[in-house]
Amino acid sequence: MPELPRDGDIQFHTVERSAPEAGRTTSPRPDEREPLEAIDTLDVDSLDPTAPGLSLVPAPRPERLDLEPEDQRIRRGDVDAWGRSENLRAIVRRVYDPIYKYWFRAEWEGLEHVPREGGALLIANHAAAIPSDAPVIMHGIETELRRPVYGLAEYLFRALPVVGTLWARSGGVPAHPDNAYRLMHDDKQLALVFPEGAKGTGKHYRDRYKLHRFGRGGFVEIAMRSGVPIVPIAVVGAEESMPTLFKSRRLAALLNIPYFPVTANMLAFGPAGLGIYFPAKFRLRVLPPVHFDVPPDQERYPRALVMEEAEKIRENIQEALYDMLRTRRSVWFG
Amino acid sequence: MRILVTGLGTFWGSRLAQQLEQIDGVESIVGLDTHEPRLPLERTEFVRADSNYSILERIVRATQVDTILHTHLIVDSTEISGRALHEINVIGTMNLLAAAGAAGSPVRKLIVKSSTLMYGSNYKDPYFFRETMPRTRPPRTRVERSLLDAAAFVRDFAIDNPHMTVTKLRFSNVLGDDINTTFSNALRLPIVPEIFGYDPRLQFTHEDDVTGALLHATLQDVPGIYNIAGDGAMPWSEVCTIVGKRRVALPPVLTNWAAEPLRMLRVVELPPEVLSMLRYGRGVDNSPFKRAGFRYQYSTAGTVDAFARGLRLERAVGDKNPAYKYERDVETFFRHSPAVLRGDA
Repeated sequence: MPELPRDGDIQFHTVERSAPEAGRTTSPRPDEREPLEAIDTLDVDSLDPTAPGLSLVPAPRPERLDLEPEDQRIRRGDVDAWGRSENLRAIVRRVYDPIYKYWFRAEWEGLEHVPREGGALLIANHAAAIPSDAPVIMHGIETELRRPVYGLAEYLFRALPVVGTLWARSGGVPAHPDNAYRLMHDDKQLALVFPEGAKGTGKHYRDRYKLHRFGRGGFVEIAMRSGVPIVPIAVVGAEESMPTLFKSRRLAALLNIPYFPVTANMLAFGPAGLGIYFPAKFRLRVLPPVHFDVPPDQERYPRALVMEEAEKIRENIQEALYDMLRTRRSVWFG
Repeated sequence: MRILVTGLGTFWGSRLAQQLEQIDGVESIVGLDTHEPRLPLERTEFVRADSNYSILERIVRATQVDTILHTHLIVDSTEISGRALHEINVIGTMNLLAAAGAAGSPVRKLIVKSSTLMYGSNYKDPYFFRETMPRTRPPRTRVERSLLDAAAFVRDFAIDNPHMTVTKLRFSNVLGDDINTTFSNALRLPIVPEIFGYDPRLQFTHEDDVTGALLHATLQDVPGIYNIAGDGAMPWSEVCTIVGKRRVALPPVLTNWAAEPLRMLRVVELPPEVLSMLRYGRGVDNSPFKRAGFRYQYSTAGTVDAFARGLRLERAVGDKNPAYKYERDVETFFRHSPAVLRGDA
């Protein structure tokens, strides 16, 4: 791949530019410091936690690596090739942070399992009629690890005016297998996917925390092809944030949407219930990454192996969920 | 190398012939079209043909060309009526390939200039089409259908003639100082149209990279289908910002109807395939042709920037490319003036 050396160059350039030795006039010779050390220095020193709002903004993200220096001069916006805008994400994070911290009071364990660099496929259980888990996971990882997360989701979003554009700018990408491959394999980014899909979010409250089938295992195949690990995440709290009490098949068919729920939130708050979640306590557990012992970039992978791995991951998440629920004393206080 | 260029009267045909004339290895260039070349050409021979090339077989036999550059696929449906477009793209290509593949044909290489338009533009599309990926929705416009039909002919031709090098280049939207495309026309307007609520990712190819890519395929052997697009992808809003234009929104529903008055008032013509581009955009993977040895001069951003510079210059001095004209005048002087001593210098 011809892009790779170029990536390295720019990264080094970024490091030099924001190196903290302000008084120093001559730039350090390249052999004076290890590139790795330099990245550490950048991480710690260039982010002043006391600066207003800065704690929410991750380190200069490597996405501009896709740009030649010449392009950097020309570009007026910061929308990357995936439609994501770090500036817009920063605003979204600022708005969402109080919800994350004081409404859902999200708490993570096992965050060290999320790779600090390189591509990975994050997968999680999916819940709530209008999913509350995706924003929590994306916000959490972006603020805690300072790595962007691309949320793979239904094509449907892209078709909607305004919503589709905002969705793409805040990191949403249509869940096309080739998009996932490029994100993780070529661009070495984190992608988030919910293998249950709409079956997870459309399920009845009485079925809470029971994982549905993980599609047809496509997510495993994509991770294998991209040569990246799968990082499973078990999420507790989303189910209670917007529980579905009834479903109308007829209305869903009429409106041409996957499901039409009547949620407890709607009963409690009326139409505003579409946007107001119950303040359930969110707990997220990152399970050890699953690496696959197969070569990347294959045309196809044995169906049996794919299904077996998918099922294994599903079981692991299911077990983690039961384990977390065993120790949960209260839906609201965790 | 003996080369036949179809569509010599089009922008691309003339451009390409002009560049081929500079190359030493090119013995002779024969150009075919219904109307005369747009640029002054020195040693290219122009043959006036009907639009579907019925005399082509005779020309191929008589001139013994070994390379055919098929630049005459119309991708801008505003240029021409639907029927004529079908005639040129489908029937023209069919006749061309029949002549090139006839028994005893001297042709060894065929290069077709096509468009990424054939991928369509739909919300189910991948963000970067690979050459192997089919479109996600059947074509609805005549120009897209005609390109797909032509593509099928080219594919069959490649299968039937395994001894020939068949290259098909699919170009993304082109911008440049000299070429007029729907997008360049839109970007020249004082206020640029967009569709409310959509801000699609787009890619652009610079006109110099178009001729560059066609020349690369002519001089090297790169059989296969390749996407051509400048690196990167950019939202339409940012394209407008770089060019320095404000935007006006067309409604997201009944967009075709809303675009109709613009066409009738001759402000700008936005055919359905362009409107769906303004909604969902399109991206293609350009890496295979880079791996085949081609170096782009312009990225997508660079293309837009170069276009914006040309536009600013035009606004200031009233001419898109003043240096170019000057050069041509000088060339004409050196070529034809009796004051110039020719022969040995």
